Amino acid sequence: MSDMTINLKIWRQKNSTDSGRFEDYLLPGVNEHMSFLEMLDVLNEKLMKEGGDPVEFDHDCREGICGSCNMVINGRAHGPKHQTAACQLHMRNYNDGDTIVIEPPRAAAFPVIKDLVVDRSALDRIIEAGGYISVKTGAAPEANLIPVPQEVSNQAFDYATCIGCGACVAACPNSSASLFTGAKLSHLNSLPQGQPERDKRSIAMVNQMEKEGFGDCSNYAECEAVCPVGISISAIAQMRRDYMKAVF
Amino acid sequence: MPSIIEAFQSQVGRKILTGLTGFLLLFFVIFHLAGNLAIFGDPDAMNSYSHFLHQLGPLLWIARIGLIIIFVVHAWIGISIWLGKRKARPKDYNVYSSKGGPSKQSLSSRSMAFTGFVLLVFVVIHINTFALGDAGTVVVDGEQMTDIKTLVINTFQNPIYAFGYTFVMILLGAHLGHGIWSAFTSLTLRSPKASATIYTIGAVVAVLLAAGFLFIPLYIYFGGGCEAALINCN
Repeated sequence: MSDMTINLKIWRQKNSTDSGRFEDYLLPGVNEHMSFLEMLDVLNEKLMKEGGDPVEFDHDCREGICGSCNMVINGRAHGPKHQTAACQLHMRNYNDGDTIVIEPPRAAAFPVIKDLVVDRSALDRIIEAGGYISVKTGAAPEANLIPVPQEVSNQAFDYATCIGCGACVAACPNSSASLFTGAKLSHLNSLPQGQPERDKRSIAMVNQMEKEGFGDCSNYAECEAVCPVGISISAIAQMRRDYMKAVF
Repeated sequence: MPSIIEAFQSQVGRKILTGLTGFLLLFFVIFHLAGNLAIFGDPDAMNSYSHFLHQLGPLLWIARIGLIIIFVVHAWIGISIWLGKRKARPKDYNVYSSKGGPSKQSLSSRSMAFTGFVLLVFVVIHINTFALGDAGTVVVDGEQMTDIKTLVINTFQNPIYAFGYTFVMILLGAHLGHGIWSAFTSLTLRSPKASATIYTIGAVVAVLLAAGFLFIPLYIYFGGGCEAALINCN
C-alpha cells in the first residue's frame, strides 16, 4: 500500500488565554499501519525539523487504557470508530487526500492548556468528592469473604472500565459529565464494599459534577456512542436512582 | 444531605422533574385528543363534553391550575437547560457530528428547545383562540354556554389556523419522539433492552398523537363537520 498524503486542520492555541485558531498542514508519507497518534508524531517531527512548534496532545499508554488521548477528530470524540480510543485508531480508516479536522474536547470545565491538551482535573475532583471506599489498609483481605453475585460483579466491572478520558463530555451537546459520574458512582454503589458510603457518595459526586460547570444531561446518548469502552447510559439512570434514594 | 427542594434543583432532580412533568403533559395530551375526537361524534357530542368539563366547577379549576404549574415547570427547566449549554461550552466545535450507533441524536432530540418553545407560544395562542374565543352560545342541559363546536369549525376555515395548527402538531410529534423515551430514561429506566423497546413505542405514540391532532384542522378546513354543525362553510 502506497503512502497517503493527509490534509490536517489542527486547533493551535498557545495557552489558556490565547484565543486560538486552526492551522493547516499537509502531511505526506502517512502509512496505513500508523496509529492516529503516530501520524501526529510524524507531523511533530516534521514541524520540529522545520523549526516549528510541535502540536501538543495528551497521550500515555497508547493502548486504550489511560484515557489521555481524547481529542475530537472530524467532529467526533476519539474519531469515527465505536469503542476505540484515538490511540487505537489507525490510519487505514482514512484515504489518501482526506482532510482531518482535530480539535480539543470543548467544555468550560475543560480549559485548554495548549493546542489539543485540556485540563481534565474537574473529573478528578468528582472522584475526590466520593469515588472511593474507606477501608483499613494492611494485609489483603480474604477474597471470598464478601460474596458478590456474578451479575453484580459483571455490572460493576462494566462501569469500572471507564478510563476517565472525558469523551462523553466532549461529545455531549450540553457538555454534561453524567456518563463519567454515573459510571464511577454506579461502579462503587453496586458492590457490597461501596454500601457504607453509598448515599454520601451519590450526593457528593452529583453536586461536584454540577459545581465544576458541566451541563445538564438531555439523554442524547451521544456519550455512549463515543465512549471508548462502551459504557451504557444505564449508568446515568443508576446515578439518578441512587441520588434520589439518598435524598428520600 | 440536601433538602428535597435542593435535590430537585440539582442536575439530577431537574431531569427527574422534566420527565415527571413531561409524563403528566403526555397524559393530558392523550385526554385532550380523546376530547377532540368528539367532533366526529354525534352533533352535540363536543358541546356536551365541554358542558361536562364546565360543570366540574372547582375541580376544573384545580386541574387548570395544576396543568399551568406542570407546564411552567417543564418549560422553565427546559429553557434553563438550553441556556446552560452555552455556559458549559462557551466555544463550540468547528466541526461536529454524531457518532451514530447507540446515540439518540436526531432532528427530534436536537430540536427539543425549538419545538418546546414553539409549543409554549402555541399554547398561549390556543387558549386565547378557544377558551376565550366567541362564536355565539348554545344551550346544553338548560345552561347557556359558548358554542365550542361552531367556534372550532369557524376557526379552522381560516387557512392560517388550519395549516398553522397542522404544522405545530408535527412539531409536537417531533418533541414527543425524543421526549417520551427521554422521560423514561430521566425517571431512571436502566435496562438497555427495555430502553430500545420504549424508544420505538415512544416514537409510534408520538406519530399517532400528532396524526390524531392534525387530522382535525385539516378535516374541517377541507369541508368536514360543517353540515353537522349546521353552519355555512366556504
